[in-house]
Amino acid sequence: MSLTAKDKSVVKAFWGKVSGKADVVGAEALGRMLTAYPQTKTYFSHWADLSPGSDPVKKHGSTIMGAIGNAVGVIDELVGGLSALSDLHAFKLRVDPGNFKILSHNILVTLAIHFPRDFTPEVHIAVDKFLAALSAALADKYR
Amino acid sequence: MVQWTDFERQTIQSIFGKMDYDDVGPAALSRCLIVYPWTQRYFGNFGNLSNAAAIQGNPKVAAHGKTVLQGLVLAVKNMDNIKATFTELSVLHSEKLRVDPDNFRLLADCLTIVVAARMGAAFTADVQGAFQKFLAIVVCSLCRQYH
Repeated sequence: MSLTAKDKSVVKAFWGKVSGKADVVGAEALGRMLTAYPQTKTYFSHWADLSPGSDPVKKHGSTIMGAIGNAVGVIDELVGGLSALSDLHAFKLRVDPGNFKILSHNILVTLAIHFPRDFTPEVHIAVDKFLAALSAALADKYR
Repeated sequence: MVQWTDFERQTIQSIFGKMDYDDVGPAALSRCLIVYPWTQRYFGNFGNLSNAAAIQGNPKVAAHGKTVLQGLVLAVKNMDNIKATFTELSVLHSEKLRVDPDNFRLLADCLTIVVAARMGAAFTADVQGAFQKFLAIVVCSLCRQYH
């Protein structure tokens, strides 16, 4: 399900609106994931506090959204552009790739809440496709 | 049997008690048909589904969205026995309608997003957890009679 030119322009335009609230969205999406999908907490046993709104969650949500924002910038070449992050996830973090879909879903829920008028079905499909392509690029080096 | 906490029970009753079924049902189904276009395979006789505007304006999609939501309300009224409540619906979806059960999950995700957008900040992480647990059980019950 490759990204069309229209998908890319819709994502870029929407991300222009999101970027101002990126930290809030990232923290909230991560908090939702840890709460609604408790099995994902297994990757963060080194954090003192896993509750939504906690410092580690806010900081890591910010890191993730920053990386996604960078990915928008390399949307024409996600595999190459995310190569270093793919190395990190494949060889160091070893997050099961099934979890990328889970986090993506929680990002979509958070976007729907914060941008109820802008997150139309057309934007939803483009962002969903983008996050899927990003997840595939992140999993590229796994095996 | 499914164990519901008091919070989960109250949350589900509250969400559906305040929901505008005529708004949410059609919105969720049309979003599913737009975001996951292969789901349109089950609606060949619904007329014009050629683009997002057509889908959102399609009266058959709207009517069916309401029907689907009424099915969910049945589960809300029988939270301690969703499995049995949905036996006939499960047989219908598997033997007559022949819907791939993966589609139930896609529709559930779209419904979550529509409800989240309507509820805003009130759709907290804990509320989301309860809502998604409820939908997962509904989906599971719909899958039960597939052989």
